[in-house]
Amino acid sequence: MASVEQDTAVRTGGISRVFIYGILLIFMLFYMMPLFVMVANSLKPLHEITGGNMMALPQVWTLEPWRQAWSAAQIGVEPTGLKPYFLNSIFMVVPAVVISTILGALNGYVLTKWSFRGDKIIFGLLLFSCFIPFQIVLIPMATVLGKLGLAGSIPGLVLVHVVYGIGFSTLYFRNYYASFPTELVRAAMIDGAGFFRIFWRIMLPVSGPIIVVTVIWQFTNIWNDFLFGASFGGRNQPMTVALNNLVQSSTGVKEYNVHFAGAILAALPTLIVYIVAGRFFVRGLMAGSVKG
Amino acid sequence: MGFLEIRNATKSYGNVKVLHQVDISVEEGEFLVLVGPSGCGKSTLLNMIAGLEGISSGEIAIKGRVMNGVHPSKRNIAMVFQSYALYPNMTVGQNMTFGLEMHGVPKAERDKALRDVGKLLQIENLLDRKPGQLSGGQRQRVAMGRALVRNPDVFLFDEPLSNLDAKLRVDMRTEIKKLHEKLKTTIVYVTHDQIEAMTLSTRIAVMYQGYVQQLGTPKEIYDTPANVYVATFMGSPAMNVLPSRVVVKDGLPHAQITDAKGAEQLLKFSQPNLSDWDGRDILLGIRPESITDPDGADRNSRNIVPLRNLVGITEPAGADTFVAMSLGGKDIIARMRADANVVSGQDFDFAINMEKAVAFDPKTEERIKP
Repeated sequence: MASVEQDTAVRTGGISRVFIYGILLIFMLFYMMPLFVMVANSLKPLHEITGGNMMALPQVWTLEPWRQAWSAAQIGVEPTGLKPYFLNSIFMVVPAVVISTILGALNGYVLTKWSFRGDKIIFGLLLFSCFIPFQIVLIPMATVLGKLGLAGSIPGLVLVHVVYGIGFSTLYFRNYYASFPTELVRAAMIDGAGFFRIFWRIMLPVSGPIIVVTVIWQFTNIWNDFLFGASFGGRNQPMTVALNNLVQSSTGVKEYNVHFAGAILAALPTLIVYIVAGRFFVRGLMAGSVKG
Repeated sequence: MGFLEIRNATKSYGNVKVLHQVDISVEEGEFLVLVGPSGCGKSTLLNMIAGLEGISSGEIAIKGRVMNGVHPSKRNIAMVFQSYALYPNMTVGQNMTFGLEMHGVPKAERDKALRDVGKLLQIENLLDRKPGQLSGGQRQRVAMGRALVRNPDVFLFDEPLSNLDAKLRVDMRTEIKKLHEKLKTTIVYVTHDQIEAMTLSTRIAVMYQGYVQQLGTPKEIYDTPANVYVATFMGSPAMNVLPSRVVVKDGLPHAQITDAKGAEQLLKFSQPNLSDWDGRDILLGIRPESITDPDGADRNSRNIVPLRNLVGITEPAGADTFVAMSLGGKDIIARMRADANVVSGQDFDFAINMEKAVAFDPKTEERIKP
């Protein structure tokens, strides 16, 4: 069987191979096009864009739009650039990702290895939270944040994203731990390890792939969130909202080159996370299905 | 008062009772095997001893201390699991000393215990490896080592050999037996393999449908099974159980059975009290090795009965030749010497060792005691 398939693969030569690679090349160029436009235009002076061709390479190469976007551009009423908002996003994303991942791991651990009466219902409700649209919770969430005194603050945004993230992170960890042999937990119990000791010494060391999946998922979602940031950010708005304020400003000349640079800056962290941890992402998603 | 006492222990999940009134008393140094088909409650009972499952009613006591509600780690037991349950992220050495570490044993003592057990099980050269780098047999040793390091009161084994291939299983079985004879530890061992049960145990509890069917030494279980279930479960090939009728002739009870050609034959019993059953139906139990060729019959038996019957098929198995034939309307198996001259489709003179035959009440399926 295998040898037959191999033969077919070998015989797929010449013309069809050129055809396949040709198509792939076209698709690659198509998908790379926006990135090329953004990078190229962020590196030229404004008059080259307004007076010329969007697709052309810069005639004069300059980093000025990047400097502008980062530290000088007008965001709303302040000429601060995106820098403070970038930091806002970092201060929001990092704790939110860490906390929701830890809680998800603990939930998954309890739901699979310390099952109790009604655990299925609780898991079902947690899953349900994955499907609630953001808009529905805006007003109740605003009330809660107000009562907690967290309205318009970064800790408030962290809380919102943690609450929203628990559903997904629990789902990931529960499914991962469901295939983790319960006998190991029992052996550790007999060996005298308690609840947290088993979690820390037995479960977590083998949870690498699913941690990566959860972190990537949470990081991308929280970093890219606009609605909660715009609604509850107050003066501490995240990067996405600031980028909108930069691009949508209604006064003055539209500085497209600065806008392009700002957009790349806003997309950069998620891009880096994917490039660094992407291969673990695929491995983690496969971990439950094919067990080696 | 035994070392490990199980008194009236039951287990139910909701309305489903999976274990009924189990009473077993294990002496120090005993090797008790719980054997039975899957779903008979043997693993549940083991988990109850370990404390991994609660006890619905009754008591379990180790060294006179009642263990109901006591956490598994506080019972001073160690368990070897079917999947070995080695922690994949730790080395063999860390695996084995994890329990000691959790109990706050100082590093120097842990290392000494590890060295001693490593030497005993000949796994000293594996201590720095991860479980994933070991073969099945090595993992099995490490799992036993992890239990031994703790020096527990009772060892619990949950089908420890069922993941090994056939040859390794036999080797490890011998090793476990040697280890037990050397260390004289108290062991409770769960298996579904009746040969493991026979070879390893000092006593066997045969379990079926949540009841202990019989508790006794391997010889008692084999020679005097309490009921038809135990008789057919223990032994390979299984005991032949065939319908028969008691006929008293010359003042002695005989089993009247129908041979392959439909003729009635009489086999004299060695059990005089069966005269009380004169004229009534019974189930006659004869092990395959009790039906032989005349030369292969047990010389020490005082009751060898001849039986001429049509040979069905023969199955040479190297050491023995198995003969299938019809008797009492059932297909039965006889075990001959390898070179016995039996030919299928012909009549042959068999010799039946009736001293070893057992009779069962056909209604209750209990053995009729002498």
